[in-house]
Amino acid sequence: MQTQQPLHPGLFSWPDSPSQLLGSRCKDCGEHAFPSQDSCRACGSERTEVVKLGNAGKLWTWTIQSFMPKAPYLTDETPETFRPYGVGYVELACGIKVESRLHENSANSLRIGLPMELEIVPVRIDENGSQLMTFQFRSAEAL
Amino acid sequence: MTDVAIVGLGLHPFGRSPSLSGLEQGAIAARAAIADAGTEFKAMEFAFGGSQDGGNADSLVNLLGLTGLQFTNIWNGCATGGSSLNAAYSAIKSGQYDMGLVVGFDKHARGAFNPQPKDWGLDDWYGETGLMLTTQYFAMKIQRYMHDHEISRETLVRVAEKAFRNGSITPTAWRQTALTAEDIEQAPMVSEPLNKYMFCSPAEGGCALVLCRADIAKNYTNNPVLLRSAVVRSRHYGSFEVFSPSQAPVVAPSPTVTASRAAFEFAGIGPKDVDVAQLQDTEVGAEIMHLAENGFCEHGEQERWIKEGATEINGILPVNTDGGCLANGEPVGASGLRQVYEICHQLRGTAGQRQVPNAPKVGYTHVYGAPGISGVNILTT
Repeated sequence: MQTQQPLHPGLFSWPDSPSQLLGSRCKDCGEHAFPSQDSCRACGSERTEVVKLGNAGKLWTWTIQSFMPKAPYLTDETPETFRPYGVGYVELACGIKVESRLHENSANSLRIGLPMELEIVPVRIDENGSQLMTFQFRSAEAL
Repeated sequence: MTDVAIVGLGLHPFGRSPSLSGLEQGAIAARAAIADAGTEFKAMEFAFGGSQDGGNADSLVNLLGLTGLQFTNIWNGCATGGSSLNAAYSAIKSGQYDMGLVVGFDKHARGAFNPQPKDWGLDDWYGETGLMLTTQYFAMKIQRYMHDHEISRETLVRVAEKAFRNGSITPTAWRQTALTAEDIEQAPMVSEPLNKYMFCSPAEGGCALVLCRADIAKNYTNNPVLLRSAVVRSRHYGSFEVFSPSQAPVVAPSPTVTASRAAFEFAGIGPKDVDVAQLQDTEVGAEIMHLAENGFCEHGEQERWIKEGATEINGILPVNTDGGCLANGEPVGASGLRQVYEICHQLRGTAGQRQVPNAPKVGYTHVYGAPGISGVNILTT
């Protein structure tokens, strides 16, 4: 079976199922950040800890990426196979809004306030044949 | 302390100039500004200049003359021109220098910018998975704004219509063809809710200004324009900015709000005193949101303002009279200075067909750029 690994370490709990986003929380002011960082962007404190941010939220805003981006975009797609993708900010229970690709890619399937859930999806195959994975959100509303 | 005056204006028109390098376009603008002030490059005691893709600004001395002046390169994203003006303002205001040059130029490849995550303190995954696009940010900001403040799609279209209409009467504009609402509505979607005619394009061009102590300005021009404030501010925690993998729970005012307030306070002038403005319009949503962020109207009031023609050349606050970034394109290093160039023409009364009526006396310019920086200038006759 093909091996899978995260595109970048520390963005989401892996290989938990279901995965949760990972971020940091400031031990001094309590603010969260995603991705996790060693110093707090709110107060400048260097006392932060990595915490799980959950796997659900509400869509805060969104758009559709209609054309294939130039580098540094790096997937297995070609201009022929490229499909538009949704991009949005999802508001998590802790209050921060995380920017993410969205499973949905049409204007009539997205709206502000839509409940969303995390999923882990493939990005590309790397030079060693491993499938690199990243996070995205998809609508959690019953179809 | 002395006031600071702008006495020379130079522009190499924005658009595409295949036979000229970015640097050469900067040199053309610099020579034009110096000639407009009726002086010579060797009279420049200092220069501040910047470019994103056109090379080191101080290389201009090879084209303009090796006079030994202090030439400082400024790079501050979209606020490069604003930061250069701020530096020139301080250099003259402090008494260190009497006269100098500010110049910006650029030459970008076609298509959207492709910034590198590392340059913005981000890891590669952010760019590789397709999140590193300024177009997405602008689309998501106006999408939320339309939801919160009941701005309609018709208003987006009206802003684009005005830009190309103003471009059509601006001889130096890149886009000089007026478009109908229908042309704009039917353009291909780029990033919902913004389509092709609602975004500006990266471009080429150069712009330069000669500044001096206000008490000697009449030696160079009959109609100096006073630079009353030149303010640059960065973002606070909680403002919604481009290239942000996450945003804070709290929503803080954007750097535009803080730069604008500081500039008004510094100049001792309020938003109602402004006769003509240039507001960063890298896309139509930006112009709409920046009207309120700069204090000219309340959030949501733009819907009525724009419908009633408030921002047209003969409106209560003409905005982007030369067609702005939408009709001129955006050579990043030069774009902020083009705004000042246009305001100076409006205040001099030399703006031709697009001249704002009744001799405007107070002008305003505003830029916003990645990763959350804003520059505001207030100018008066």
